[in-house]
Amino acid sequence: MSTIILLLITGLGLGALYFLVASGLSLIYGLMGVLNFAHGSFLTLGAFAGWELARRMGGESWGTLIASLLLGMIVGALVAAATEFLLIRRLYNRHIEQVLVTVGLALATVALFDGIWGTDPIYVTAPPWLSQTTEILGARVPNDRFLLIGAAVIVLLGIVAFLRYTRFGLVIRAGVENRSMVTALGIDVRKAFTVVFAIGGAAAGLGGVLASHYFGYVSPQLGGSLLIFAFIVTVIGGLGSLAGAAIASVAVAILQQFANYFLGGTGDLMVVLLLAVVLLVRPTGILGKKA
Amino acid sequence: MTEPSTPIVTESILTVSDLNASIDGQQVVESVSFEMLPVGVTALLGRNGVGKTSTLRAILGLIERSGEVSIAGERVDREPTHRIVQRGVGYVPEDREVFASLTVAENLRLAERDASPNRELIAELFPDLTDRAGQLAGTLSGGQQQMVSLARALVNDNRVLLVDEPTKGLAPLIVMDVARALERAAQTVPVLLVEQNLQVVRMLAKKAIVLEGGRVVYDGSAEELLGNEALTKELLGVA
Repeated sequence: MSTIILLLITGLGLGALYFLVASGLSLIYGLMGVLNFAHGSFLTLGAFAGWELARRMGGESWGTLIASLLLGMIVGALVAAATEFLLIRRLYNRHIEQVLVTVGLALATVALFDGIWGTDPIYVTAPPWLSQTTEILGARVPNDRFLLIGAAVIVLLGIVAFLRYTRFGLVIRAGVENRSMVTALGIDVRKAFTVVFAIGGAAAGLGGVLASHYFGYVSPQLGGSLLIFAFIVTVIGGLGSLAGAAIASVAVAILQQFANYFLGGTGDLMVVLLLAVVLLVRPTGILGKKA
Repeated sequence: MTEPSTPIVTESILTVSDLNASIDGQQVVESVSFEMLPVGVTALLGRNGVGKTSTLRAILGLIERSGEVSIAGERVDREPTHRIVQRGVGYVPEDREVFASLTVAENLRLAERDASPNRELIAELFPDLTDRAGQLAGTLSGGQQQMVSLARALVNDNRVLLVDEPTKGLAPLIVMDVARALERAAQTVPVLLVEQNLQVVRMLAKKAIVLEGGRVVYDGSAEELLGNEALTKELLGVA
């Protein structure tokens, strides 16, 4: 029983990380039809920014952790907004060029991070509580999982509240459904594009700092490795669906954890098989809209 | 081009000059030019597939186009769609295009551009929408969705309305409701109306423009066109 509890909560923690990356990917695709392969770079840069701040302030205080989380979000948001403004805006409805530019940006930024911070993983320090465990129904659960789950829930609620209660949120929800009609109502939908990129970048930057604590290190490859699973989550959840991304994040991460434990480390394989099954049975994903 | 016996154009609110448009490389509007009356309803007519909807979409810049489009004498064809609309153009698209996942109230709120939107007018014209403010627009009937689509255009003070087949697929009773709403709207704002239902056109339009093969083949009095059975049959295929 304790193993099941541990796998479930660890799976939820990993799912929280996937969601933080996938939520931005899903919103960006839903509104703009852009598959952003550079999204992992926002995460990596957020993680390095958080680590740089933590090593200057002393990484073991809660104040430092909160400041690094905030800095990760800000850096992620700014870089994502700049990417949209400077590169993506010129390429709307040019999907091949979007893929080329975002893949190129992802490769270039990893090389840039290699040049600045080196290729080796850099270990991070955190408040001691995060490396301790809490006993739940006999399972000793690492405390950092609770931080991840809490952060993802706050981000999910924050994005939902933003989409539901603000004018920008209204524009984004309408734009996901019918972008040209939003324009035909006299709304400059490009502003919403930049805002969505910024939101996605902020979530990724936050995810980057949290991922560095989950894995215990930060490296230039951090974003890329999570991005693969975030894409899988986004497709399974349904491109453009935030709720779908949340459900799929949890499902994928829990499946991964259980398969790794009970089926001899086949978690990644099971996730790919799940993706194949979903694409065959329900090509639009769990909550995706029909083409 | 067939000329009317009595010219009726005064100063134009919407001037389209040598408008060409294409969709996926296929030309759908070819060298269309016309002027629109500053009052009342101007009907844009033609058989299926002659480019009526494309002409409206081209005026708004929603499809690739060239040529001149002016609103009240000011050229707008180099501006993006949202700027053209902000100049005071209301648009009611073919097939309504309401935002199905938004409520009726959210659909209307999204459309509000003015500081003081015409909420009383909307409540008066479409009382059913007030009762259904919290309902998802995607769950409304076709007629109710058309009311939402019209209300989105009428909630602002516009200089011109572009209305595309507002009665398409609606029950006869609802058709008359829509026609009355348009008649009321046309008292304050000129309307360019694409419509297949000639009864509605007879009821509303002063002027008619007929397209064929993406070109204007008639530009004149709606009454003269629809009063001439042979001409109506020749240009529209129906009498």
